[in-house]
Amino acid sequence: MNMPISGKPPKKLSLKENYALLTRGLGWETSYESMDKVFPQCDFEGIKIHDWDKWEDPFRLTMDAYWKYQGEKERKLYAIVDAFQQNNGQFNVSDARYINTLKLFLTGVSPLEYGAHRGFAMAGRNFKGAGASIAAQMQAIDELRHAQTQAHTISHYNKFFHGMHDPIHMFDRVWYLSVPKSYFEDAMTAGPFEFVTAISFSFEYVLTNLLFMPFMSGAAFNGDMATVTFGFSAQSDESRHMTLGLEVVKFILEQDPANLPIVQRWLDKWFWRGYRLLALVAMMMDYMLPKRVMSWSEAWGMYFEQNGGALFNDLARYGVRMPKYHDVAAKEKDRLSHETWGIFYNYTHAAGFHTWVPEEGEMKWLSEKYPATFDKHYRPRFEYWRDQQKKGERFYNKTLPMLCQTCQIPMGFTEPDDPTKICYRESHYRDNKFHFCSDGCKDIFDFEPEKYVQSWLPVHQVYQGNCFRPGTDPTAPGFDPLLEVLKYYNFNVGKDGGEYLDSEDKKHWEQWTGKPGVSI
Amino acid sequence: MSVVALKPGYTGEIKDRVENFHGQQLLYIGWEDHLMFCAPLCIPVPPTLPFGALTAQIIPDLYAAHPDASAIDWSKVEWFSSSQPFTPDLSKSLADNGLGHKASLRFRTPGLTGIKGSCS
Ligand SMILES: [Fe+2]
Ligand SMILES: [Fe+2]
Repeated sequence: MNMPISGKPPKKLSLKENYALLTRGLGWETSYESMDKVFPQCDFEGIKIHDWDKWEDPFRLTMDAYWKYQGEKERKLYAIVDAFQQNNGQFNVSDARYINTLKLFLTGVSPLEYGAHRGFAMAGRNFKGAGASIAAQMQAIDELRHAQTQAHTISHYNKFFHGMHDPIHMFDRVWYLSVPKSYFEDAMTAGPFEFVTAISFSFEYVLTNLLFMPFMSGAAFNGDMATVTFGFSAQSDESRHMTLGLEVVKFILEQDPANLPIVQRWLDKWFWRGYRLLALVAMMMDYMLPKRVMSWSEAWGMYFEQNGGALFNDLARYGVRMPKYHDVAAKEKDRLSHETWGIFYNYTHAAGFHTWVPEEGEMKWLSEKYPATFDKHYRPRFEYWRDQQKKGERFYNKTLPMLCQTCQIPMGFTEPDDPTKICYRESHYRDNKFHFCSDGCKDIFDFEPEKYVQSWLPVHQVYQGNCFRPGTDPTAPGFDPLLEVLKYYNFNVGKDGGEYLDSEDKKHWEQWTGKPGVSI
Repeated sequence: MSVVALKPGYTGEIKDRVENFHGQQLLYIGWEDHLMFCAPLCIPVPPTLPFGALTAQIIPDLYAAHPDASAIDWSKVEWFSSSQPFTPDLSKSLADNGLGHKASLRFRTPGLTGIKGSCS
């Protein structure tokens, strides 16, 4: 570096000056290429921005402060993770059923952190304003850190339990992981404004409490201090991300009145997509945590209906209304977790984690939390399944299910006004039929069918013969398609999935800890 | 406008065109009031399959694990195609019954309402 040596130390900038140079001074109007050519993705979504300088970042974080904070957090986190490992903390959790929530998290959520890293890096590149660009780039680094700290923390469990050995490979192939994967890729393949509205606002601001609270409080209740620690380490980033989300939406809406209908459509779409994704969290809360935090229904009431309701009241001055179909989510809140757990109970032999029938005491809890639905609709099937299992005939559904074209979840959700009838919706496009689990998913398809006709639906891909390892010969004698698909997923067949009570995880847990495999 | 895309005139590939299924077509089957099977099922079938093969063999096999399966009276079953009431001709093929690729077929078995009447 050819810095002139003056002998005088450079003047230390105030935080405000430092931030201004970073977020205004670094941007410039291009001269020998047009701004539109340098930022080609800024206009096609129809969003009009007149003055990028109106962008305000409430955190005003500078790079040196950023590195300092993050470095401190890393040191604390890894000290605790080390201690956890040395003390065999994995054996202090409630029971080995709990580990299945970590399998779901590592394979279904951590890859989304990595996706967020990629998505925010792209958004940072594509915004014309340097302030927004810097905020997106910092978040891109945060998200990479989240993916890494989660992999590092959970990797310790991988030494003792099945199902956690190849999360990225699984994420790109396994049938239920196509639900989070397609959600995130939908956002990443949209323009930069839709991406940040989807992820920063609709997910991080509106719905994130319904993802992190259940997993992190669930970890604390169930004695998993390692997971609690990475949760805390990510939480201070989350508050910055949430603020970015709110700022993005307000900024877009203040820039031009024509932006409102576009933003409202995104809020409707990404509310519904995010809500459908949270079906996995709902079943985790009500069925997979041996020590429960609160019910899904209670969490939805508190975090969406109350807090979300207040937020949308605040946004009403911009002309924004509540997301479409929030009333359907309210009607579904006493069914969502039961229907979703039923799906995984049906197909657990093809999953990377275990399922089980809740114990009698747990069913009592479910009856209390869901007085209107549990005993009437769900308890009879669980009792039947339990009886079958006692006879040595544990129920597995041997036929692949029909999937929703948009959310890609098996069509197990029921009519908004009738919990005994599957909700079927259908569209016709370019001489083909497409099927949906809900009006929310159908609306999303109908607005952009050219996008969603391309959905990689795992069931259809299996039937097309695209889910076998290279070199597999489906005409060979004794060919077993299900077994070959599970090998393509890189599952340890018979060990990663299936009934918990028959599992090696349970057997090992009892041998190694001397504690019962079912603690309650 | 059927997609918001950077490139004007962008179109997508339909991933599940019938040509991709090696001569088969997809059929979805759902049994009303029997949600122990968590979702409708999806099977590949030849378009020439006689509808009667569904009732004689295929559907009873798919749902054999359900305690109501052996009690189905096929002469009383109500059928729906794409949610509309539908009267199949058992001797004709799926195609001649108007059931094309990705047809959604549902059936109701009056009097059978699942485990302990819970629609399970
Ligand atoms: Fe994150
Ligand atoms: Fe859906």
